Amino acid sequence: MIASFISQYAIEIQVTIIGCIVAAACAIPGVFLVLRRQSLMSDAISHSILFGIVIALFLTHEISSPWLIIGATLTGVATVSLTELIINTRLLKEDSAIGLIFPMFFAIAVLLINRYAGDIHIDSDAVLLGSIDFAPEDRFIFNSLDYGPKAMWVMGAILLANCILLMIFYKELKLATFDAGLAAALGLLPGVIHYGLMTMVSITAVGAFDAVGSILVVALMITPPATALMLTNRLHYMILLSIGIGMMSAITGCVIAHSVGDISTAGAMTSASGFFFLLAILFAPKKGMVSKAVRAHQNRWTFACHLLTIHLLDHEGTPEESDENTFSNLVGPHMKWEPPYANKIVNLSEKEGLITRHGNHLNLTPLGRETARAIMNT
Amino acid sequence: MNLKGIDFDYTLRMPLYGVTIIGIVAGGLGTFALLRKQSLLGDTISHAALPGVVLAFMITGTKTPINLLIGAIIAGWVGTIIIGAIIRNTRIKEDAAMGVILSVFFGFGLILLTLVQKRWPDARQAGLHQFLFGSATNMLEQDVWVMMTLGSITLLTLALFWKEFKLLTFDPDFAKTIGLPIRSLDITLMTLIVIAIAIGLQTVGVVLMSAMLVAPAAAARQWTNRLPVMLLLSSSFGAISGIAGTLTSSQVSKLPTGPTITIFLTIFVLVSLGFAKERGLAWQWLRRRRNRRKIQISTALVTLLHLEDSHPADSQHPHSLQSLQASLYGDIPATMERLITSGFAVETSLQAWRLTSAGQTEARDTLQTMEEDLDDRLVH
Repeated sequence: MIASFISQYAIEIQVTIIGCIVAAACAIPGVFLVLRRQSLMSDAISHSILFGIVIALFLTHEISSPWLIIGATLTGVATVSLTELIINTRLLKEDSAIGLIFPMFFAIAVLLINRYAGDIHIDSDAVLLGSIDFAPEDRFIFNSLDYGPKAMWVMGAILLANCILLMIFYKELKLATFDAGLAAALGLLPGVIHYGLMTMVSITAVGAFDAVGSILVVALMITPPATALMLTNRLHYMILLSIGIGMMSAITGCVIAHSVGDISTAGAMTSASGFFFLLAILFAPKKGMVSKAVRAHQNRWTFACHLLTIHLLDHEGTPEESDENTFSNLVGPHMKWEPPYANKIVNLSEKEGLITRHGNHLNLTPLGRETARAIMNT
Repeated sequence: MNLKGIDFDYTLRMPLYGVTIIGIVAGGLGTFALLRKQSLLGDTISHAALPGVVLAFMITGTKTPINLLIGAIIAGWVGTIIIGAIIRNTRIKEDAAMGVILSVFFGFGLILLTLVQKRWPDARQAGLHQFLFGSATNMLEQDVWVMMTLGSITLLTLALFWKEFKLLTFDPDFAKTIGLPIRSLDITLMTLIVIAIAIGLQTVGVVLMSAMLVAPAAAARQWTNRLPVMLLLSSSFGAISGIAGTLTSSQVSKLPTGPTITIFLTIFVLVSLGFAKERGLAWQWLRRRRNRRKIQISTALVTLLHLEDSHPADSQHPHSLQSLQASLYGDIPATMERLITSGFAVETSLQAWRLTSAGQTEARDTLQTMEEDLDDRLVH
């Protein structure tokens, strides 16, 4: 049965696997881009690599040449260095420098494609949007044996390289990301790490653009790490979560695209990642917007209950106790609480075991006394 | 009209009017985007506009530019509002928020687009291609009117809130203190930027629209420190690049308008970075060289004076290159040549110099100024 399922959905399964590998490969450098606040470098690099691809195509006339990957990677690194060159003149800020360099590369590439479209076969739409649905058609054939889609092997190799680099340079990347000054003082050369990371981004973007297009590269590099950032404070969890969320987006997107039929798989994967991001910014256990609002709401009640215990402790055993520690005093001149509000606070405090109520009179329980003292002491 | 062999017929005039408007409006608004360090907002908004464009088509069923334009404005606006909400309410920073919105909106737009193509097969790929890369060739007079109206509204609003926007850009804290509604002003300025981008999207395309916003302002920034001048320059650079790009692409075959305009914009930026008065790299280099020479001359004067004072018996004897090398750096003979030209020193024998009496006075003055400077610095 499994065999018939696999053969029936062979193409879809292959597309999903490629999507998962791309997502995992993108998530690794993506985490560091997000943490280092350089997310938009992925956008810049994924656009300007078109220039390198076009130049390499001119020179080799072969769409599957490894020179394409080399040319594109070099353009990616050139984008980064030109950006830094402009920043170092102090004439422009980082955002403007990025915003100038990649449209320039992209414009030249589009012009070249248009001028010499007869000589090379490249579809500029496909560069931006990708064609993951056709990725399985391009097979990796060696010794007349079919080893599966080529994109799977290329991205698999890039994923492996990213994993190995991550494991070797984990400490260095971590330190350079969170404390560049200390990293420099320890002789870790943050500049080298920066360029290393950007080369990693370039290679990953080049490998992925073929399968999923440059916009999805941005989506898979930035959205899963941003989602993971809402869920954890630990770097290694963030990396694992990003990979997981990226793969989940890829699978969800492929399933949706297939069940609706005829809609862009890349778009569905991106939208799925956007959906998970939305869930995280709203409902992340500690940092989500809704969770934070709910906690703020609860804190209001807790605060009022604590205030009540402090008030009761303050007057306990004093001559005024019979006046002060009463319900009517809460709604009266001192606390000026609204009666329904005061009722709710008293009931809540009673339920929490902080006070007991005898008619109008309110008494602290030992727990209430302890709570009030603990707060007063801090 | 025929000018130097270029035939200014309807199919060229309309795009020319169009890109001029785009250049002026985007150049003007880009000034604020650049100064507020939001240059990449243009890229984000232009990508995020896609679902709006497609939805507008799905709802109205027509491809008239005004519908698509309104769709683009709404989607771009929603995108910027969400980015603002994410930055304010979560730990996610601006760059990541922009990256997420850019890609997710665009991806969602792609889904809608493929749905449209399923339902209306004649909509086809052409619509997307135009959105991505722009097309100035089939612009109609009514499109120009729409652009003109929206552009004028944008610039008028900018003029109306000029003082407020200026304060918001340069000193938001002060603006807040004197009770200006920061949030509303911020949203208004963003809306203007969104409109400026939406106007240009269909002509120059997604990727190059961000250049249209950033590049003129980046070039203009190099020439002036004053906001009104920068805005005028930026608008002019935008308009000139637009016109030059459109004309070039109309005369040379297989040269799309958007990328050609971007090339002209890039040239403006490079020239400005290189040669702008005061700020440009060439000026910086000249200034550094002038300063270096000034320092070389004054140290040479003071050194010669010092050497003279340390030989009271024979104060007129010349000092050789070797003895000067101990305390001077750089091309010493060249420095001495400059002293001789100013009449402060004479070369009494080969590669040996002494001060003239004018040189002695000058050297004492220089020494005094140096000491005063040092005192000043010690006091402060």
